[in-house]
Amino acid sequence: MRLQLLALLAKEPAHGYELKQALEQIFGDAYPSPNIGQIYVTLGRLEKDGLVRSVDVEQSNRPNKKVYFCTAEGREALLEWVDEPTEGPRVRDEFFMKLVLAPMTGIADRMALINRQRRHYLGIMRDLVELAQRTDQDNRPAQLLIEGAMLHLQADLDWLERCQEDLA
Amino acid sequence: MSMVSTPPALRTVNLVKIYQTGGLPVPAVRGVDLTVRPGEFVAVMGPSGSGKSTLVHMLGGLDTRTSGEIWVEGTRADTLGESAWALLRRQKIGFVFQFFNLVDNMTVADNVELPALLVGASPKHARERRDYLLGELGLSGKADAAPAQLSGGEQQRVALARALANQPQVLLADEPTGNLDSRNTKDVLRLLGEVHRQGQTIVLVTHDARVAGLADRVVTLLDGQIVDDGAVLSARRRPKSGAGDVVELRG
Ligand SMILES: Nc1ncnc2c1ncn2[C@@H]1O[C@H](COP(=O)(O)OP(=O)(O)OP(=O)(O)O)[C@@H](O)[C@H]1O
Ligand SMILES: [Mg+2]
Repeated sequence: MRLQLLALLAKEPAHGYELKQALEQIFGDAYPSPNIGQIYVTLGRLEKDGLVRSVDVEQSNRPNKKVYFCTAEGREALLEWVDEPTEGPRVRDEFFMKLVLAPMTGIADRMALINRQRRHYLGIMRDLVELAQRTDQDNRPAQLLIEGAMLHLQADLDWLERCQEDLA
Repeated sequence: MSMVSTPPALRTVNLVKIYQTGGLPVPAVRGVDLTVRPGEFVAVMGPSGSGKSTLVHMLGGLDTRTSGEIWVEGTRADTLGESAWALLRRQKIGFVFQFFNLVDNMTVADNVELPALLVGASPKHARERRDYLLGELGLSGKADAAPAQLSGGEQQRVALARALANQPQVLLADEPTGNLDSRNTKDVLRLLGEVHRQGQTIVLVTHDARVAGLADRVVTLLDGQIVDDGAVLSARRRPKSGAGDVVELRG
């Protein structure tokens, strides 16, 4: 989450809770809801590394709040992040390992493994379809995130079909 | 209290199709037992050549079976002749072909109105239904076009509109989103959801997991046989799932 927070802070200074809200608002329900504790831990680390700094802002009849802002070094790190190519899709290999190895030990049948995995993927797809319907149509980042998840799942299902044709 | 049990919308018993073209017989469907309850939405999946089209064609009486039985709403149908099947389809079954089969020398509007007119609906009713379906599928602007002037995805949606014109009790569809992009697939998904809510029975062949995710049940074919048949359940209450698990945001 480091660079996502850094990017938001490069846009404008904010305190921890505002960052949580911004992430939720931009990415919608498809985004794994960030935990506020995790956000503060990450901000602490960013600060220790000199990528952000904070100032205490006094509030009337409330405790001070810490507002974070991005440093020049932080901007540098952000630029590097944006410039470097992003990893391609990793092969989700845990299921594949099961599929290849488990039948060798006699503890599972390939056909049954594949069928169960297909139902699981379709169940996730069902949830995504519902999520897409519930999510504001005008929230493009959130809709595209869901669409991306759907396309990844479709690829996983197609691969599963190939496995079933060739292995089962 | 007495229970009146309604017969299945569709049922097959040990259904077999062997194509005999030239020399070698090709077994396309090999002993399929399938029961579809009224109002159920069943997706049929499986690799290319696994017999999906052959199966739904037989369910719609568009291809003859080699052996086994087909029942439509409690009536034996595999023994019907061509004209009796045609009548049954007109009254009860909407069919979407994998390769559209639109009537080329009729406009889109006429293609969609035809099934309703054939069963004796009033022209006014047929027109209203056509307007509704074309509107739902984003095709209102194409009503006067000829099928040949449309893209593959547009023709596919017209074929779906035509199949739904009579609000058939059973919708059989072979890859109805095969040629559609994401946005048009959404329109089709919405309409299928609507059709399902209205209680029509749907048996739909698809490779598209979004379409299959709408179904109550997924049947998987491999080499002409059913290798899996079960409900599609939400994954949400199971651990470690959801969009966050599929798309990993990096950083
Ligand atoms: N008219 C035909 N004559 C001879 N063989 C046929 C005929 N139609 C289909 N087949 C064969 O029957 C098998 C099943 O074909 P079918 O069209 O049902 O597959 P499918 O699952 O619909 O595939 P796809 O996903 O590619 O549409 C294939 O081996 C195919 O070659
Ligand atoms: Mg086919």
